Formats: sequence, C-alpha cells, structure tokens
Amino acid sequence: MPVRPLLLEHADESDLTKLAEYERFGGYAQLRRALGAEPEKIKEEVLASGIRGRGGAAFPMGRKMQFVPTPDKTKKPIYFVVNADESEPGTFKDREIMLRVPHLLIEGILISSYAIGARLAFIYIRGEYIDAYETLRAALDEAESRGLVGANVLGSGWSCSIVLHRGAGAYICGEETALLDSLEGKRGKPRTKPPFPAIEGLYAAPTEVNNVETVASVPKILAMGGDNYAAVGVENSTGTRLCCLSGNVVRPGNYELELGKSTIRQLIYDPDLGGGIPEGRALKAVIPGGSSTPILSASEIEATLDYDAIAKAGSQFGAAGFIVIDERCCMVQLGLRFAQFYQQESCGKCTPCREGVRWQVDILRRIEDGRASQGELDLLLDVCDRILGQCLCPLGDSSAMIVASYVAKFREEYQRHLDDEACPFGGESSLSGVVAPVDLHNAHVRAELEVPVG
Amino acid sequence: MTDLYDAIQEIASQYPVRRSAVMPALRLAQDRYGWLPPVAFREVAEALDLTPAYCKGVASFYDMFHLAPIGKHLVEVCTNVSCALVGAQQTLEMFEQELGIRAGETTPNGEVTLGVLECAGGCGWGPVVSVDHRYHEPVKPEDVPEIVEGLRAG
Repeated sequence: MPVRPLLLEHADESDLTKLAEYERFGGYAQLRRALGAEPEKIKEEVLASGIRGRGGAAFPMGRKMQFVPTPDKTKKPIYFVVNADESEPGTFKDREIMLRVPHLLIEGILISSYAIGARLAFIYIRGEYIDAYETLRAALDEAESRGLVGANVLGSGWSCSIVLHRGAGAYICGEETALLDSLEGKRGKPRTKPPFPAIEGLYAAPTEVNNVETVASVPKILAMGGDNYAAVGVENSTGTRLCCLSGNVVRPGNYELELGKSTIRQLIYDPDLGGGIPEGRALKAVIPGGSSTPILSASEIEATLDYDAIAKAGSQFGAAGFIVIDERCCMVQLGLRFAQFYQQESCGKCTPCREGVRWQVDILRRIEDGRASQGELDLLLDVCDRILGQCLCPLGDSSAMIVASYVAKFREEYQRHLDDEACPFGGESSLSGVVAPVDLHNAHVRAELEVPVG
Repeated sequence: MTDLYDAIQEIASQYPVRRSAVMPALRLAQDRYGWLPPVAFREVAEALDLTPAYCKGVASFYDMFHLAPIGKHLVEVCTNVSCALVGAQQTLEMFEQELGIRAGETTPNGEVTLGVLECAGGCGWGPVVSVDHRYHEPVKPEDVPEIVEGLRAG
C-alpha cells in the first residue's frame, strides 16, 4: 500500500492539535534533542535527508539553510519565514497540515530557526484560511504557555518568538519575495533576484523561507535521522508528500504517499486512493502539480509520483495538486478559466505578464465563442512565447506554459473551435458558463465607463 | 486615543518594523466599519506613522479588503477549476436564484453580497462556498436554500 503516514502519523486516531496528545506521541522530543546539539549538526541532517521544497520549486531545504549566513558572519538579525500562503489552484495540503498537526509545524519552525540562528519566525498564512489560522493560534498559545515558544525556550537560554501573520487575498504572495514585501507592509510584488532571501530577505536581512509541509517534515527527519529519511522514496525524491487529489474523481482529498512508489494512474484509480472517475467516465487529462504545471493527457499517467518521472513525462510535480479532468471538459474553456485566474492575480509589475495574460484571456474567449480566425491561434502561442522568461516571477510563465501545453496536447479540439466557429461541446462542457472574478471586475469597469446619454 | 489606535499599537509591537502591522491594522479597521471608508485609512495611518494614501494603496492590492461598502453578509463561491469541475457554477446559480441577485451584486436590503472567489484551497471538498469568511464544503445546489435561510434569520 503506497499510503505512508509520516507527517499525518497518528492524526487519524488522535487529536494532535492538543499539546498533550502531540507530546504523547513523542511531540517536541526532537526540539529538546536539537537544543542540545550544534546547529550545524541539524543542518547536516536536513541536508542528508535530501528533502526538497514542497511548495513547488523543489529546492533542497538543506542547501537553502547553508546559504543563510551563520550568526557570526552577519551583523543583521536572521529570520525564519514559513510560507503558508497556499493558493495554487488544486492544492490544499498545507491547510490540512495546519488543521491536523499544527504542533508538528511549530516544532519544525523552532528546530529550523535554531539551526539557522533565527530568534524571530513568521508564519505568513493566507487570509482566507480562518480555520487553520484559529487552529494554529490556539496551538501557538498553548506552546507559548508551556515555555516551548518565546523567551528562553525550555530553559535552554535560546529564545524564539513566532508571529502569525495573515495575508489578505493575493495569490502572488505565495511567491517568496512578494510574500516578504507583503510581510513588510507593502503591496505584495515580487522582487528582483538576486539578492536571494537567504542573503537579503525580510527587512533586507538574511531570511530562510520554506513551505509548511517542508518545515513540518523537519521533526520527522530528526527523529528518523537524515539518512533513514533519505531511504524513504527514491533518488532525488525522498520522503513522503501529501498529494492533493481533486476534480472528477470518486474519492478526492489528500493522500500522503511515499515518493516514487506509485503512479499517477494508481493515485486516480486505486480503490484506496482516488477510486476512479465518477459514473465510469473516461479520463481526459490530469494536471499533476497544481494549475501552474503543464497538462498530461490520459496516456501519460504511468509516471511515478516523483520529481524526475513527472518531469520526464513533460510536466512538474509542483505543489502536488492533481486535478483530474474527465471527458466532458472543453480544453479551450480550461485554458480560459486558468488564464482568467492568472489575469486576476497578476500583480502588474512586469508588462509581459500584466498585458500578455490579458491577451491570452481575450483570444481564448474569442476561440471559445467561435469568433477567432486561424491567425489568432498562432497569435495566442506567440503571446505565450513573449511572456515566457520575461518576468521577475513565474506567474506569467505559468499561464503561458500551461496554455501552450493545452494547445499542444489538444490541438485538434482548438482547431475545431475555429473550423466550426463554435464550441464543439455546445454548452455541455463541465466548465461551460463558469463565472470568474475577472468577469465581475470587467463588468464593473464597463459599467463605470458607460457615459449616460442626454 | 481610541481602542483601534491602542489595538494597532499592540499588534505593531510584535514586528521589528511597525509598517508590517499595516495589514492586520486594516483588518481591524474593516472589522469595525464593515469596509474601509476614508476615515479608516486616516486612523490606520495615524497609528502607524504612514499616510492614508499609502494605506489605501496597500489595501487596494488585496482582495479581502473592501474599498466600497458590501452587504452585512458576504457569500463567495469558488469557481476555480477544481470546484467548477464538480458543479460550482450550478451552486452559484442557485445562490443567484435564491437571493434574487446576480454574482457581484448586493440584495436591495443590503443584507447579502454574492461574489465569486479564486481557489479557496478546499479543492478536494468542493464546491467551496465562503459565508462570512467561513468555508462550507462541499455545497451542492440543494444545500443552498438552507444557507440562504440561515443568512436571512441571522
């Protein structure tokens, strides 16, 4: 059985949001051990584990920690920041971690902060996650009251405060430099890199930024030992991940799986996992890493659940958000709806993204409505090309890359919209008529621009 | 000195740089007024030594800050792809029918604003509907009348 609860170990049989329960299963034991060890030793264990960032970029956490200057090498304070701004369409794993094992995250923050020499840590949690915010707030309060967080942690002489900071609805703040600007009290726009946050991050001081799931893995890595953790999974993809399964599937939800040991097909069809497509419908496509990753057709689902195999199949593991799409979905509508998302969320800083994504939406709308000429399909791909690699952050790139992947994999369907001058689904697609936030925004702007006659 | 001013000072003390408190401060102000009127920006600005224009500039970037009045209750249906694939549009249309308004509008009595949301992070439990910022998951069209009834009662 590929399900391997590591982060969610004991979470089914026990309420691990309570400190006493968490401690009953060995909670905070790794913090106690860490505080008696040299910070360098902890960094070595994390490096040996091979764990790669779970937020999407897949950068090894151990190497990131090494980029942060040690306290004797910098005059500035060092900060640790948890990226809990989970907003990638198709991804809902960090929310489950915060709701079910908040102390595991807190313990991971404390150990990581101790390892890099940070005395102040922040959790940037997306504003909409009120349930997870309240659970974390209660867990933090309980941990603080027991001397686990704050001044003189467990009598060690080392202090570390954790500030829980809520976002306010902006997908872009999941990009780490935009997150840092937002945390500094600004509009959340990505920064030029370099300098990377490890050198100049929050308040221009060295800052380690990691995803919730990555940080929550740290106590497990210490408990197992880095080498033993690295033995879970396969080469280049160590440990477990919570794979988020959504869309047209019988049993959607998060499944914590050992990496590289099962395939996308199993995730979708295994009766203990996705359980197949409802009403026996045919699979059309699957998006493996959240909306920002290229689409895989139904014939490309033999890839195993690891970074290399999914890359070889032509996509990315990303944030492990698997969106299952059955035969009823129009691929032009899919491209349109996601492009609308990126248009809504583009911060506007880089012209190719701000303008290009709007062009994508306009052209896709014309194709969907049967109003586009042959040249406009070429123009769409040209616009995608002109966004790619031209911006400070991957938001525009994502919109460009995925739309280009839909056209590449489902070109006939796009062509049919042009030839028939109509959507071949005739209003019966599973995404027909979906209203997006940008639709409302555009309607509002149009209404304001209307000049009363007479 | 107002309660809001004091509450903002307390939040600001957590941060090495006080400007970091602008988002939590705006949230407090919005909780008080229901939206962010000009006076809210003046109060937040004064508490944090910023300008009202700066505070409005920050607020206008984020979807959860309201620069215009909204209804007493806010219903938002996630219509991103995972929710849409399992019927979010049908759920939205049922809300439109039950409330007698279109998405983006507020009921004439000012009670309920209906909106749509980009991915709420509940993709596996969709369609997700956020009612006064609390998630209901999943919400099928047949679940809508009860939610609307609850809003009318409270």
